[in-house]
Amino acid sequence: MALTKNDVYKVATLARIEISDEQAEETLGQLNKVFALIEEMQTVDTTDIEPMAHAQDISTRLRDDVVTEKDEHEALQSNAPSVERALFLVPKVIE
Amino acid sequence: MNKTLKELGLGLRQKEFSSVELTQEYVRRAQTLNATINAFITFDEEQSLGQARAADELLAKGSGHAVTGIPIAHKDIWCAKGWRTTCGSKMLGEFVAPYNAHVIQRFNEQGSVIQGKTNMDEFAMGSSNETSWFGNVKNPWDLERVPGGSSGGSAAAVAAGMTPASTGTDTGGSIRQPAALTGITGLKPTYGLVSRYGMIAFASSLDQGGPMARTAEDCAILLETMVGFDDKDSTSLSRDRVAYSDLSDSSVDGLTIGLPKEYFSDDTDADVAKSIDDAIKCYQSLGAKIVDVSLPTSPLSISAYYVIAPAEASSNLSRYDGVRYGHRAKTYTDLNDMYAKTRAEGFGDEVKRRILTGAYVLSHGYYDAYYLKAQKIRRLISTDFQTAFSSCDLIMSPTTPSTAFKIGEKVSDPVQMYLSDTFTIAANLAGLPAMSLPCGFDQKGLPIGLQIIGNYFDEARMLSVAHAYQRETDWHEKRPQSHESNKHGMGNCYWA
Repeated sequence: MALTKNDVYKVATLARIEISDEQAEETLGQLNKVFALIEEMQTVDTTDIEPMAHAQDISTRLRDDVVTEKDEHEALQSNAPSVERALFLVPKVIE
Repeated sequence: MNKTLKELGLGLRQKEFSSVELTQEYVRRAQTLNATINAFITFDEEQSLGQARAADELLAKGSGHAVTGIPIAHKDIWCAKGWRTTCGSKMLGEFVAPYNAHVIQRFNEQGSVIQGKTNMDEFAMGSSNETSWFGNVKNPWDLERVPGGSSGGSAAAVAAGMTPASTGTDTGGSIRQPAALTGITGLKPTYGLVSRYGMIAFASSLDQGGPMARTAEDCAILLETMVGFDDKDSTSLSRDRVAYSDLSDSSVDGLTIGLPKEYFSDDTDADVAKSIDDAIKCYQSLGAKIVDVSLPTSPLSISAYYVIAPAEASSNLSRYDGVRYGHRAKTYTDLNDMYAKTRAEGFGDEVKRRILTGAYVLSHGYYDAYYLKAQKIRRLISTDFQTAFSSCDLIMSPTTPSTAFKIGEKVSDPVQMYLSDTFTIAANLAGLPAMSLPCGFDQKGLPIGLQIIGNYFDEARMLSVAHAYQRETDWHEKRPQSHESNKHGMGNCYWA
């Protein structure tokens, strides 16, 4: 099964990555090679095989719902592109 | 400068030299050679020397540990407080970590010195270090060749004697493949043994940090520092501490080594096959028993990996939105346009390819055919290993089918690049520990790596078996020659 250029645009939109016509063309060729490799999986019958989501059979640890970290918003926001009054600034989303 | 980490530690504790002297020497040397090798992205001599001074105080009080005062180069995937931490990406080009990764914290607690942050494939996606936004790393054995990836900077730095030891991370072979291609020793532990907290995420169910050094002994010392339960990593395992560095009993007499027939095909270079064969014979002469085993599903490990790893990456890398940290595009029309332009500018081609692959396999209508199918293959691969381990203690194979390839040789064909991890990926899918150690050179003089795969939590045995080989051979002591070094006034014609 081969992807189309439309698939590339669609998935780039889903992934929020702007892509030019030229890049979409090149990406299409490369993704089709990758998917040819991936398709080899279909040669094996996996009926009744339990999917393995993780390397260890462990269940999620739970902890009490309490605050464990101290307030470090200044340090954590020091890398932000745009901050005002401890708020992350983004372009206006509501008119 | 040709000493192992173990020897340097002894030198420090016996006061032959100070940590400040050692750190200055390694930083100076690494900075000089970096113009050629490009193994480091960031140095911060002031911070390094601050740690070295603190280490000297500990050592003066006689309270030094094995890594106290030793400069160690950390892959630029680990957050280290106050250090620029880029993950090899323009996206994090100016990011200064506000906290320490658990692994960095553990090294700091032991009084080790952060010598610098090493170059890597962008977000650890690559097998040649050519996807780094900070330029490719060169292999010290041949400057026209790649050092492997993604921990290529960490590997090249150790191989060229720019640092005593380093840390790496391994999602599909990113410690073992560069270790093999640069002639050093590297180990990927059992999944869950080393905390992933503060390690920038690529594929969370596969990522695992580990040591890279000249010898198995040095890797054991580093591993002892790196492991430990961490409640900030939900997959961290709580285990009794193991004295990995106690290698006094490293007899291989009675050990059963399994050779998987799928990893010994004609696709492997003749020189590589010959060196692996010699290494197996060496183990046989030391009393090991050799048996044939089979990992029938392993040929599909790359296919399954290139569904699972990109799927997890597409989710993990959605955090780079230009809002909270990292790059943000300068011009945009609205919020969605800001995301799309930020991510188009901040990510390189390979990272975009993997995000797109991941988004596709997870998208509506394809989940069962790709993601679920890959998880089922993953189960079969894991079961294959357990069947194999019922008839052997350890598995051995080549780490890579060929030695270091030329820079640029595989950049235009991602699938060819992916195939260089053909022997390493299965261990990640199963979560098993695996390592690479030097076992010879091809006719071009390039290093060859022997891979050892163990069952869960069998690191101590793997390290001791690797140590037994390194007592019998001197491949790990060979250092690359360089004509460049004379130009940089490094004295004789050796890096070290």
